[in-house]
Amino acid sequence: MAGLDEGAPLFAQVADRLAAEIADGGLAEGDRVPSTNELAAYYRINPATAAKGINLLADDGLLEKRRGIGMFVADGARRQLLARRREQFVERYVRPLLTEAAMLGIDRGELAALIEQSGHEQFSDSPGGVAV
Amino acid sequence: MRPAISVTGLTRRYRDHVALEEVSAQIEEGSICGLLGRNGAGKTTLLRILAGQEFPSSGVVRVLGAPPAENEDVLRRMVFIREDQAYPDFKVGHALRAASWFYPNWDGELAGQLMADFGLRPNKAIKRLSRGMRSALGIAIGIAARADVTLFDEPYAGLDAVARQIFYDRLLADYAERPRTILLSTHLIDEAAALFERVVVIDRGRVVLDAAADGLRGVATTVSGPVLAVDDFTTGRPVWNRRRLGSQASVVTVGQLDEAARAKARALGLDLVPLTLQQLVVHAAGWPGAPETANLEGVSA
Repeated sequence: MAGLDEGAPLFAQVADRLAAEIADGGLAEGDRVPSTNELAAYYRINPATAAKGINLLADDGLLEKRRGIGMFVADGARRQLLARRREQFVERYVRPLLTEAAMLGIDRGELAALIEQSGHEQFSDSPGGVAV
Repeated sequence: MRPAISVTGLTRRYRDHVALEEVSAQIEEGSICGLLGRNGAGKTTLLRILAGQEFPSSGVVRVLGAPPAENEDVLRRMVFIREDQAYPDFKVGHALRAASWFYPNWDGELAGQLMADFGLRPNKAIKRLSRGMRSALGIAIGIAARADVTLFDEPYAGLDAVARQIFYDRLLADYAERPRTILLSTHLIDEAAALFERVVVIDRGRVVLDAAADGLRGVATTVSGPVLAVDDFTTGRPVWNRRRLGSQASVVTVGQLDEAARAKARALGLDLVPLTLQQLVVHAAGWPGAPETANLEGVSA
């Protein structure tokens, strides 16, 4: 296994990795995605498991099959994935942040200041970055 | 899909003990299946029966649709590589040539590649090979035979981690190119886990788990954190193992955790670590301290 961890089913992890690549633009819409066998060899997993991961994304309409050639990133896949990630943002990032802040006794004002300060560090000197 | 291997009510009794008891299992054609269990659990006996090298005391065995024992048609389509496979007193190249005559799908080019991968030289006498190199020879023959049914019984005695990785990689690559039924018995469960589509676990001659391998990931989870929070979280859940250290507790709970359960664990400040396949097998196979295997019933698919 190249970098897959325990826990979530492998097929779901394969799907997550591909989805992440599509979301960050590594795989552009219209690009061919690696074949089942390529994924199996790379992650060192059973090809049936890799196929299940690919099918998961195809079922969501993120990939489309072109007969005889393989699977390709569907139009609108990136937008769909980013929308999904946005929906999950609160659950995955904001809530754990608030839980940990409460544990440490960091109050709202302090937290806002910390975010402002970190955001400044992250975005101030990155060209093309977004101002917070 | 039809099963390539099917055993029903298989029992093998020796004078003073029962090696297999009422074993029933089916292995789908074209899949890689892990045969897991402790030493002495009955894995080798089962494989020997499948390879037609031993007769069951009772029960039915079918390999490629027919009984394998003394059945030339089936045996030619099957390769069986044992732990510490013995060879007649000749050179590596002779063993490969003999294999090329016997196995109808033999791929000589692939055999040569595997020899190079493992650093095996054809003119070397087999009896002068190290244990690991003898295992490598068995692996090369087992893969290059490209047999419809490939049985590996702990094939890597004496092989280091790097060589074992070569084995897994080459097996997967060749399987991808030419899918076939592969049954691999191993006690190195975690390093081989991702290869398997299915796992069959036997313990003391009985099948204790027969399930899709990927479905077993996350089927049991170690929950750890403050005692009260752990108790709160695990109340009403099946639990295997409970350990406590001061104000901290660690509990193995059985069953997939949904997103709501994960969110609750996060809110309680608990750590969730899924059991690896190996840890799961330890529980399923009744290792000391493991609970009744009945807990896994809902898991088997």
